[in-house]
Amino acid sequence: MPLDPSFIGRSYPPTPAYEVGREKIREFAEAVRDANPAYTDPEAAKALGHPDVIAPPTFPFVITYRAAAQVVEDPELGLDFSRVVHGDQRFVYTRPVRAGDRLSVTCVIESIKSLAGNDVLSVRGEVHEASGEHVVTAYMMLVARAAESDAAESTTAGE
Amino acid sequence: MSASINYDEVEVGTELPAQSFPVTRATLVQYAGASGDFNPIHWNEAFAKAVGLPDVIAHGMFTMAEAIRVVTDWTVDPAAVVEYGVRFTKPVVVANDDAGAVIEVTGKVAAKLDDRRVRVDLVASSAGQKVLGMSRAVVQLA
Repeated sequence: MPLDPSFIGRSYPPTPAYEVGREKIREFAEAVRDANPAYTDPEAAKALGHPDVIAPPTFPFVITYRAAAQVVEDPELGLDFSRVVHGDQRFVYTRPVRAGDRLSVTCVIESIKSLAGNDVLSVRGEVHEASGEHVVTAYMMLVARAAESDAAESTTAGE
Repeated sequence: MSASINYDEVEVGTELPAQSFPVTRATLVQYAGASGDFNPIHWNEAFAKAVGLPDVIAHGMFTMAEAIRVVTDWTVDPAAVVEYGVRFTKPVVVANDDAGAVIEVTGKVAAKLDDRRVRVDLVASSAGQKVLGMSRAVVQLA
């Protein structure tokens, strides 16, 4: 069964604030083997004009991925997460995430498509600081691969 | 934000220094912990093969994180990246040995934009296959 397109435009409640810590940023930067001192040394970050250490560009995914669980696990939407793969990812930054931020994410379903029996779901996550300041928007496309029988049907339908 | 690269000194076609990023099973376990993505396809070979993969694969978001380092090492200030997107086209397969896999990344200035920004197109490959598609960053230069 393809996903119900009436879910397009649905917005989910903002997530509880995620508090970004210096040591979490350090842990993430070490995990991606990135030695840029802006991630670990407050003085180096200040020399670049930042009030505290900043996070690497893909760090916001840690927060937006968790928030997207609201959508992925929405029983009304009925996505089969066991068949989901990450199709694409994009970030548009107003400013980098930095230590001390308290970030909440508002997820919106941007589009739902059915391609060759695969469900293709695009979710936008708007990330705001507790002050209301916009930090980054994350766009993710999830593809739920067709179950064998669904794929056969869509082939027959000539999609 | 400040960047050490001057917009006026950059031309379309300017190549950024290419880099190679090694990835082993240990790297993936560490990234799983730091990112909170514990999907077993990234650390459990039996599980990965059971769902039709050739072996354990790297997190797409790990590959995305490595690729942008070609840009952030160039600009020095990571905040110079104002937009960044990729498509996950092929998995990075990581063998269970000390060598693991290598992600090779090149970057080139593809367009000069308004407001002293440029678009950098990145190419990331592993084992001779392109692993990211449409990998692009918009970068604010000085």
